[in-house]
Amino acid sequence: MAIQPILHYPDPRLAEVCAPVERFDDELRSFIADLEETMRAGPGGVGIAAPQVGRLIRVSVVDVSSKPDVKHHGRVVLVNPEILEWDGFAVGREGCMSVPDYTGNVIRAERIRLTAQDETGAAHEYAMEGYEARAVQHEIDHLDGLLFLDRLVSRRNDLFRRKVYQEPKAPKKD
Amino acid sequence: MGQWYMLTLVGKDKPGIVARVSKALYEGGCNLGEASMFRLGGNFTIMLMATSSKSAAEVDALLAPVCAELDLRRHVDPIEGKLHNHVEPNVSVTLFGADRAGIVAKATGALAAAGLNILHLESDVGGTEAEPIYIMQIEGVAYQGIEALRAALAEMAREGITIHVAPIDTLIG
Ligand SMILES: [Zn+2]
Repeated sequence: MAIQPILHYPDPRLAEVCAPVERFDDELRSFIADLEETMRAGPGGVGIAAPQVGRLIRVSVVDVSSKPDVKHHGRVVLVNPEILEWDGFAVGREGCMSVPDYTGNVIRAERIRLTAQDETGAAHEYAMEGYEARAVQHEIDHLDGLLFLDRLVSRRNDLFRRKVYQEPKAPKKD
Repeated sequence: MGQWYMLTLVGKDKPGIVARVSKALYEGGCNLGEASMFRLGGNFTIMLMATSSKSAAEVDALLAPVCAELDLRRHVDPIEGKLHNHVEPNVSVTLFGADRAGIVAKATGALAAAGLNILHLESDVGGTEAEPIYIMQIEGVAYQGIEALRAALAEMAREGITIHVAPIDTLIG
């Protein structure tokens, strides 16, 4: 197991569309273990995609379970992930291990349904929402050569878009 | 590199201000850092970090022709600037309602007392002249937690101002 160096924008490999995985062997599993270790070594990292360490294959690991009050599936290995359905949208703040010292607002679907294989090749279907869905969309973007920078929205747009997930009205008393 | 300066430029909005100012700085050997520029009430405002080996007076002289031509007022202040030094906000506060005197002072005063350090604030007046509405968006760091901010604004909420306080949990992936 080894932590891999993270590529930083503008490394051109971050803009490549990654190739599907066809062989589910020990080499792949060892790579996924390294990828996960690299994600956990990054401060606050809740997801990572293979191209961030220079492997241009459709592999990602997501784990948002450290965040309080979010629905999640724990550690999820996504090999050849495919989003089947998108529903709702929300603005949220994102940063990226490949883009140090910058964060910005990005619109993502609030709920997604996706299929992906795990490290053994077994297929799974997931229904995800909120923070976990955002993380998965961020990582799948990496597999398609996109960074959150490609999807920035201005703060000014925020107010009315935020309504989609605004909280209930404040109680009249308290 | 040299010294960091904060350049402040204000004038009546007209096309090409940003391009002309940044060209003058570039040709004068300045490098630009963080900046915020926008139109406020028909005026164009620029707050801009620039670094240069020149003195403040020399940077000022660099801007003099373009400012004269575009009728911009300017300040050049040496600052202790630093890039790659961002502080991440952990809360956003949106507040809107019928415009009335003192709304900003009241809201920001209550928020400051409840531990909010404002990193970014934008406010605007919309609606009509007869019925103006005031809209304010703030991002900042809540040092005493988000509930403290909600509680601090509860009185304004009772007075008919709509307030949303939401955590910003930046996703790093
Ligand atoms: Zn990323």
